[in-house]
Amino acid sequence: MELKELISQKLQANFPEAEFEFSEFRNELSIKINKKFVNPICKFLKEDPELEFLLCEDVTAIDWAKRENRFTVVYHIFSLKLNFRLVLKADVDESDCAIDTVSSVWKTSNWQERETYDMYGIKFKNHPDLRRIYMPEEFEYHPLRKDFPLLGIPGSLPLPKK
Amino acid sequence: MDRLTKDDVHPKILQKLLEDSDITIEDALENEMILNMGPQHPATHGVLRLLLRLDGETVIGCVPDVGYLHRGYEKMAENMSYYEYIPHTDRLDYISPLSNNVAWVLAVEKLAGIEVPVRAQYIRMIVAELARIASHLVAIGSFAMDVGALTVFLWTLREREKIMDIWDILCGARFTNSYTRIGGVANDAQPEALALVKRFIDEIDANLSECESLLNTNRIFIERLDGVGIISKEDALSYGYTGPNLRASGVEFDLRRATPYLQYDKIDFRIPVFTEGDCLARYFVRADEVRESAKIVKQCLQLMSPGEIKANLPKSVLPQKAEVYSKMEELIHDFMIVNFGINPPVGEVYHAIEGSKGELGFYLVSKGEGHPWKCKIRSPSFIHIQSLPHLVKGHMVSDVVAIIGSIDPIMGEADK
Repeated sequence: MELKELISQKLQANFPEAEFEFSEFRNELSIKINKKFVNPICKFLKEDPELEFLLCEDVTAIDWAKRENRFTVVYHIFSLKLNFRLVLKADVDESDCAIDTVSSVWKTSNWQERETYDMYGIKFKNHPDLRRIYMPEEFEYHPLRKDFPLLGIPGSLPLPKK
Repeated sequence: MDRLTKDDVHPKILQKLLEDSDITIEDALENEMILNMGPQHPATHGVLRLLLRLDGETVIGCVPDVGYLHRGYEKMAENMSYYEYIPHTDRLDYISPLSNNVAWVLAVEKLAGIEVPVRAQYIRMIVAELARIASHLVAIGSFAMDVGALTVFLWTLREREKIMDIWDILCGARFTNSYTRIGGVANDAQPEALALVKRFIDEIDANLSECESLLNTNRIFIERLDGVGIISKEDALSYGYTGPNLRASGVEFDLRRATPYLQYDKIDFRIPVFTEGDCLARYFVRADEVRESAKIVKQCLQLMSPGEIKANLPKSVLPQKAEVYSKMEELIHDFMIVNFGINPPVGEVYHAIEGSKGELGFYLVSKGEGHPWKCKIRSPSFIHIQSLPHLVKGHMVSDVVAIIGSIDPIMGEADK
């Protein structure tokens, strides 16, 4: 428990103007942050000598379909020093569907952000190479959005003519 | 044969061809070339496509292209119950399907808060370690084949065949097992299967040494790999390496030790670490891990005691088939679970295990329904392929093949 307090205290001390929402489920600490502070907070968590979250395990997003802030971008980061996994979350609205990239902090998030962009259409600002990764470049939709049907959209991928 | 003339080509294409200033042949000694490698290439371990920019035979740039095997498993997971998804996890890392099964059920159990009987946990550990051995044997064999040593592939596959025979007895399928269930495993491990496991574990050390003796003193093998595709400790962490590839770069990180799951905290095993970070180190780590996995299985066989193999939670654990046909309540529960699924509480969990390629994690978001609201697969191969441009830079084309073999990607997992 002490570890979780340490992280929350450190974050609140270093980012007094940012609002944090702490929650816990199944012994996993997750922190909701404002998307404006994603880059500096990630950089701080990686470089602080007491925390050292060196490993970015995963970057993904959740589509809540009808909620006001439609998307939540989720980062799973791991500290090898503390053997501790932290979940960072930032809400992104559909009208301003963009968030800062963290690929300058962890190189691995480059492709993970590309995947999130491909699947959800969330743009990552200052990303070095924001292209689609699984779907073809000319594909117009984002398959993991809840309004994309499971069977696909007829005519969205060019098929051979009869 | 009719030849195309200039008039047949669309003027737009002609214009584009004339505009292309990247590739020139003015100076024959300084020309660069773009080489397309894959997606149908025997050495890329599936449908991985690489675009290489070559100067002579030296790679000066590389762009990996994935997605040729994208089946949308994350989208499918959102539309099926937690039970229905188990067979689909087999198709992710198809060389070690059982560790994917274990990873999936552990994530679901964490979400639903299900405690699993100890015997089932030991059985899961045994099958997951056997899967790791199978995966590493294929990795070593195909890696050796990529650099020209064909015999090793046949010998390691002979060993893997024995594991497949064990799986055949254990769960009735050799390749796509779907053996685990939420709350336990499909059936108890039969004495014959466990006897075969024991025999296999006793023999693997000698048999692996036999395979290694073909490689470890082989000058061609060593010289093609030593110092090729080096990645430093810092870069490896920054690129998100996990599993054998990270340990070959000198980081002692293993999720079985760092965040113990199942019964790994009761087991005594060593984490092989090499500091060189080159292709050879990655091969050595895998070979050592096979022996460590054998040690783990041996201890599991000793620690295992008879007992239940499924949690006694009728609302979320499927009953045995024989009881469904003879008892009313079991029939009702079976009907409810199959048709409506288990409904875990609202929440989000991430659970990762040390899969055979690296950290295999599932991120599940539940809204209290029978199917997940979101499922994200954190596949190690996808992350490892990302670092290929960094690894192959400055090496020869033939080294590219060795480097791909050494990081051991599986496209079923990378493309989901």
